[in-house]
Amino acid sequence: MPSQPKTVEIHIRRRANPDSPQYWEQFEIPYRPNLNIISCLMEIQKNPVNKAGARTTPPVWQMNCLEQVCGICTMIINGRARQSCSALVDNLDQPIKLEPMAKFPNIRDLVVDRQQMFDHLRRVHAWIELDGTHDLGPGPRMDQEDVQERYAYSRCMTCGCCLEACPQYEGDNYIGPQAIAQVRLFNMHPSGKMTRQERLEGIMQEDGITNCGNAQNCVKACPMGIPLTRAIYEENRETVVHGLLGWLKD
Amino acid sequence: MASNGMKIAIVGGGLAGLAAAMKIAEGGHAVDLFSVVPVKRSHSVCAQGGINGAVNTKGEGDSTWEHFDDTVYGGDFLANQPPAKAMCEMAPAIIYLFDRMGVPFSRTNEGLLDFRRFGGTKHHRTAFAGASTGQQLLYALDEQVRRWEVNGKVRKFEHWEMLSLVLDEHQVCRGLIAMNLQTLELKAFPADAVIIATGGPGLIFGKSTNSMVCTGSAVSACYQQGARYANGEFIQVHPTSIPGEDKLRLMSESARGEGGRVWVPRNKGDVRPPSSIPEQERWYFLEEKYPAYGNLVPRDIATREIFQVCIDGMGIGGENQVYLDLTHIPAETLDRKLGAILEIYEMFVGDDPRHVPMRIFPGVHYSMGGLWVDNNQRTNVPGLLAAGECDYSIHGANRLGANSLVSCVYGGFIAAPAAIEYAKNVERNGADGSRIYDQELKHQQEINDRLIAQSGDENQYVLHQEMGKWMTDNVTVVRYNEKLKATDNKLLELMDRYKRISINDSNLWATMALPHARHLDNMLELARVITLGALNRNESRGAHYKPEFPDRDDENFLKTTIAEFSGEGPVFSYEPVDISLIPPRKRDYSKGKKETAKA
Repeated sequence: MPSQPKTVEIHIRRRANPDSPQYWEQFEIPYRPNLNIISCLMEIQKNPVNKAGARTTPPVWQMNCLEQVCGICTMIINGRARQSCSALVDNLDQPIKLEPMAKFPNIRDLVVDRQQMFDHLRRVHAWIELDGTHDLGPGPRMDQEDVQERYAYSRCMTCGCCLEACPQYEGDNYIGPQAIAQVRLFNMHPSGKMTRQERLEGIMQEDGITNCGNAQNCVKACPMGIPLTRAIYEENRETVVHGLLGWLKD
Repeated sequence: MASNGMKIAIVGGGLAGLAAAMKIAEGGHAVDLFSVVPVKRSHSVCAQGGINGAVNTKGEGDSTWEHFDDTVYGGDFLANQPPAKAMCEMAPAIIYLFDRMGVPFSRTNEGLLDFRRFGGTKHHRTAFAGASTGQQLLYALDEQVRRWEVNGKVRKFEHWEMLSLVLDEHQVCRGLIAMNLQTLELKAFPADAVIIATGGPGLIFGKSTNSMVCTGSAVSACYQQGARYANGEFIQVHPTSIPGEDKLRLMSESARGEGGRVWVPRNKGDVRPPSSIPEQERWYFLEEKYPAYGNLVPRDIATREIFQVCIDGMGIGGENQVYLDLTHIPAETLDRKLGAILEIYEMFVGDDPRHVPMRIFPGVHYSMGGLWVDNNQRTNVPGLLAAGECDYSIHGANRLGANSLVSCVYGGFIAAPAAIEYAKNVERNGADGSRIYDQELKHQQEINDRLIAQSGDENQYVLHQEMGKWMTDNVTVVRYNEKLKATDNKLLELMDRYKRISINDSNLWATMALPHARHLDNMLELARVITLGALNRNESRGAHYKPEFPDRDDENFLKTTIAEFSGEGPVFSYEPVDISLIPPRKRDYSKGKKETAKA
């Protein structure tokens, strides 16, 4: 663990708006124990003066739950995509370098637009086709072991760390691990299974599951420990079988 | 498009807002859904422990009536009883619906839903998905609403913030004004009915267990436009949170539901590590004082006890912290039932709670108060409804654990048909209706322009911090009238200083500064409602505790506080509580309910 300095030095890769160039700006704030990156950014926001002592615009970022469960505050910290709420200064080398995620459109400073991830969820029909919300009694019985596997996939907070780490993913050219894991989540479910074709078709297009290059970066990058490579393996198998059956039917 | 072109606007994409959106879309009607964050990132994700519903699969003789009785007893009889009863009756169907939507609820050996215990009850009544139940339930609704989005029934406006309602000359709600948080563009959105589902106002207290969007800003805007705000003084302080620099992180009640024990060393100033302190030298003060419920007394009681222990200097190392101990439970069980919350503790504190007792302290958590609604979630403003934490119904003076998720969904499910019914019958404005939208748009734009143009010497973030500190110090666990008066004076001072803030960001594109300035103004107004409501209520009931008035006073205060906005501050009145189903009795958690019923 690095020794405790009196100040925290933070370098932020900034951008005024999508049409402006990126630039680095350095900040220094007083050290306190147990600071996380969000607390540092709040401190800078309160008094936006850079390390050289010049007044500047306050850096802009996104935050909400601060418990690493909403996914919104994801950024690149010392070269690695992660949530800034759970990034503790005491565990980071200084100067701390903060950058926006590089695989998504950069709005301003540390803010990116991850709408494409939600669009992917639409495409793969990541839901159960309910008959209706009226009272039809309990759902199907399930084995606790299956529930635990589904629970792991169901913890995905759409943060984008997997896409940021994926060497194949560039310019929204690949549906990516998060959407494939959601296909697995619903195709495992007894009711979800009944509409599995729709989901499989969502990942069998040109930018679909076959774009996976098996680098296995995603599973290492996932802050929720989701078995993404297992989902890709299972869905790969399912799409092959599905494709074969479709071909036989023709 | 919808039959007869009806349009309903929902503000807030948490559990309540999404529940309402799903129901309205399913009914074939169009929804505009507004949220300051992508709805999947709403505060509901933070709920951990579970969702209550009396299904009695454990053979304990549980019933929806028992759930209802626990709820009003836990709420110290301040809740209107008919909606609380209706919620408890709907609760099993709500859990089953989520089960059908694919929520990975924990299972029994037979593959049935498993249930655990929570505070304020003796029954296993809480369904759970690991220890991230709120996240799982929110995702299920997020998925269903996405399905309706694909089907063209729901239009999402994410990163749009509601600034105000649009009211016509008869004070009828005709839509809202929202701001695009990137461009700061303001736009009027006409609607036949508006459902507010924006959650609680925790940020008024500075640091709380709430997410950063929980400012209460939209609710305060409604209040300032004529909606009544009820029981504002009832703020739940959760007994177990992890103090942090930026927020207080929740440590779920499920930790105690699964057997967690709260203790401090018996000897003041005992500095030995917890594992070296033998059993007989540990003071399990909740178990000692409340033998019937032990560590699972309701939150207001657990919070006051922990607070008092620390005030008396009995906290660990003399500090404001007590142990919450899970180390006697097998690690495998803990991982399966509580994994997510243990990870949070480990991540932010560094200790492994499977082997080292957690250090916790109470933190502001939930507002029982909120917009006044009738039994159909309608506010007093025609065309305006509210659901979820932002409405005041169901929980009375104190909310039971795992009742929040169920009340959010219940509220959404009641508000949706009520909004449709209203919208079907409402008379439209006619051709010259657009004038009211233009007027309100202009008014809101002027507020923004003024904030952007002004350059004073006050710092809005410093003002927020001061408000949070005063509110936390004086308007939470223990309340004194002198301090409440001083807090209100402080709030007036902050309101005056607010007029001299500078937003301090010359780049208005996607700025955080202007939205925060709007929130702060609204938070200050609501802070006065909370503080003065507390000042006026000279009794102790549920989460509201005054040492000067230590007893519940049904004769004078078994009534709902109503605040209405005026230029000179909130105007208070009271209305009777509907206690038509269960006569009030004294709360006593040292005894079981059957014994108190006899007493």
